[in-house]
Amino acid sequence: MTLNLFYFLSFVAIFSALLVVFSRNPVYSVLYLIITFFAIAGHYILLNAQFLAAVHVIVYAGAIMVLFLYVIMLLNLNTETEPHKSSVLKIAATICAGLLMIVLVGSFKGADVLVQRSVEGAPVGLVKNLGIVLFKDFLFPFEMASVLLLAAMVGAVMLGKSEARTEPTNSKVP
Amino acid sequence: MISFLLYKGIVIGVIFTITLLIAAYSTYAERKVAAFMQDRIGPDRAGPFGILQPLADGLKFIMKEEIIPNVSNKLLFILGPCIGMLTALMAGVIIPWGNTLIVNGNEYSLQIADLNIGILYVFGVVSIGVYGIMIGGWASNNKFSLLGAIRASAQMISYEIAMGLSIIALIIMTGTLSLGEIDVLQAGGAGNDWNFWNVVYQPLGFVIFLICAFAECNRTPFDLPECETELVGGYHTEYSSMKLGFYLFAEYINMFISSAVISTLYFGGYNFPFMNNLGLDHNTITVLGTIALFAKIFFFIFFFMWIRWTVPRFRYDQLMNLGWKMLIPLAVANIFVTGLVLILTRG
Repeated sequence: MTLNLFYFLSFVAIFSALLVVFSRNPVYSVLYLIITFFAIAGHYILLNAQFLAAVHVIVYAGAIMVLFLYVIMLLNLNTETEPHKSSVLKIAATICAGLLMIVLVGSFKGADVLVQRSVEGAPVGLVKNLGIVLFKDFLFPFEMASVLLLAAMVGAVMLGKSEARTEPTNSKVP
Repeated sequence: MISFLLYKGIVIGVIFTITLLIAAYSTYAERKVAAFMQDRIGPDRAGPFGILQPLADGLKFIMKEEIIPNVSNKLLFILGPCIGMLTALMAGVIIPWGNTLIVNGNEYSLQIADLNIGILYVFGVVSIGVYGIMIGGWASNNKFSLLGAIRASAQMISYEIAMGLSIIALIIMTGTLSLGEIDVLQAGGAGNDWNFWNVVYQPLGFVIFLICAFAECNRTPFDLPECETELVGGYHTEYSSMKLGFYLFAEYINMFISSAVISTLYFGGYNFPFMNNLGLDHNTITVLGTIALFAKIFFFIFFFMWIRWTVPRFRYDQLMNLGWKMLIPLAVANIFVTGLVLILTRG
């Protein structure tokens, strides 16, 4: 039962991830990406990590993808207005993505031991256990990550504000 | 296994029917309350006191001509209201509609599923609910629909943050995410097993949650996504017949579910004062508790309608200012105060 569910979810995740890349309409791409996220949330539930699944759905499917959809709807991208990139850029992008994949595969091969230790039907992903692990064993990296997020947020606000600040000075000139 | 499935199936069926029934009669109640507030009579033609009005409305929605605009994206145009209705109905799974019933020595819970992530599930469902409006508004290929959809999504994302933060203070206090356990912690009795409802400890959190619930349900004073003076009909301008009916219906279901969530989180859910001192047997108290829960829910549904005819619609910048500059800082301050008080009192 669990194994069949795993295969089904994996199939959905990979199939819709492929459709994200291959569909022509960017809005469809976003919707397929949302389906991919749901399949991954299903994987989390199979791993007994309900908290991670819920947070994954709330943050990725519920907030980030809404903003993606928002931007795409506002830009109204379609095939005529789509900017065409030169082939040099495309090749460079492919090489970069390939290198990233090698790094990912390498790191996952190294993480073999970790995976076998944690997934033994233990409720590792429940709120309680996750909280204890995050705030006791990994407190420092956790706080560093939150500082990083804060910095990104402040940066975004600064970028958004810079235009508004220069405008009044320009308008005073005449 | 079979009896378990049968029991869960019955509970799901009953709750599904009740949800639809209450949503249908909310439309009738809304018109009656509006009529009362404006010194009118309201619908009174279909049946005695117009009691059959929801049936007449439903029949009308089904019989109306179905129009799908030529320039729209047909698949997504149909998908929009479906997602809206689906997510509206999904949240009812998590709410404890009553305590347990004991039949032939077996205990049957009146909650469909007591997930340990409880309230996060509600947030997940609510955050997906935006897609129904966004997809529908975009697929209509109409400026007004798109503007309505964009307003709705911006509004819902903004108010979800304040809503989540107001809940965190409550979770710090109760120490659990499960709605069932939150209900048990508010059980009322006398003497030592007396527990106050959470609203006593979290008045600010309750007010923030209530305001955010209004915004999440797109109710007045936050009904800018369907603001008829600016946007014709908002995100459902192009919709007709039952697809429009689904959108309108989903709004009433959302209202019902958020009333239920507010009652459960802050007003004791199925608990009522002195429930353990009446000397009644367990099943009777459970039934009385369910009635008490529905009384609370009906009060909040009435409150939604009451506000609609009391407060005028916000401007869009006022809406965003209220969400980001008032509610979020207040909710953060609420978390700090709650944490501080808990550290001082519990050591």
